[in-house]
Amino acid sequence: MNDLFTYTLRLGDDALIAAQRTAEWIAAAPQLEEDVALGNIGLDQLGQARSLLQYAAEVEGAGRTEDDLAYFRDERDFLNLQLCELPNGDFGHAMARLLYFATYQHLLYEQLLGSADEILAGVAGKAVKEVAYHVDHATQWVLRLGDGTDESHRRMQAGLDALWPYTGEMFASDPLVQRLDVAVDPAGLEQEWVRRVTRVIDESTCERPTSAYQHSGGRDGKHTEHLGYLLAELQHVARSHPGATW
Amino acid sequence: MIEPLWEVFVRSRRGLSHTHVGSLHAPDATMALRNARDVYTRRQEGVSIWVVRASDITASSPDEKDEFFDPAGDKVYRHPTFYQVPEGVDHL
Repeated sequence: MNDLFTYTLRLGDDALIAAQRTAEWIAAAPQLEEDVALGNIGLDQLGQARSLLQYAAEVEGAGRTEDDLAYFRDERDFLNLQLCELPNGDFGHAMARLLYFATYQHLLYEQLLGSADEILAGVAGKAVKEVAYHVDHATQWVLRLGDGTDESHRRMQAGLDALWPYTGEMFASDPLVQRLDVAVDPAGLEQEWVRRVTRVIDESTCERPTSAYQHSGGRDGKHTEHLGYLLAELQHVARSHPGATW
Repeated sequence: MIEPLWEVFVRSRRGLSHTHVGSLHAPDATMALRNARDVYTRRQEGVSIWVVRASDITASSPDEKDEFFDPAGDKVYRHPTFYQVPEGVDHL
């Protein structure tokens, strides 16, 4: 398979699956204002997914569209991080995931701005401002929940702990990113990511998780049991009515 | 928990003053500003936002409407249109 196609698909799938999980919060967030905030964030992620999947389809040159990639691939063909597909859990989990993921995306897009691939650099240019706001949103909540009541502190810590073992996968290098000169090797982002995330967690009075065990496999299409259910919901209308339009 | 109510004012790109656009709930001023960004500027409505805690606003009461506002009703001489401009004065 074409390296650029695979690389673009990885980034696009991260954004698409994250968008689906974020959208699940709409009408289920703790306050109406947060419904709208998470709706906005989900739409930012979906916009990034569309640009990336559109480009992946074009690079592949097999006549597929962004919709084909989103709705007509099976679980094993998705290359997203497992972090993105895990169920939402409570609001503490959601903010822990957004902090981890958006901080990673922000560092990644900052680097991708300098890519020799104009389309990837262009997508990154637009997305970097969006994810900067996502980082801020997550940060505000982690600080307030961590440094709030005993119960909010306990839940925030639980969220940070539960998702930490899924963060190592973000920084896994492999021959593909080393070969592909327009790609960003995520291994180089880890140190700064740890520094930024640690600063927020410290200020929130939570403890930075230290679990050494890290899950992996998402980039090779190996997923948790949860992705299948997510895709069923994401894809069932498109698959039940192929070719339907509004 | 009911969070405090905040009134939101937005200055549009071409506007000179902040205009009241609505209200929202938030635990503190920082979050109120962010919520306002998310709820009221999704379609590029503004370039600047103010939030004010609703409880900090002192408002006139509907009960006082008569004595507050009615007396101005018959003071037509407070409008510039009441006065006739003398002939020969072109650029008053």
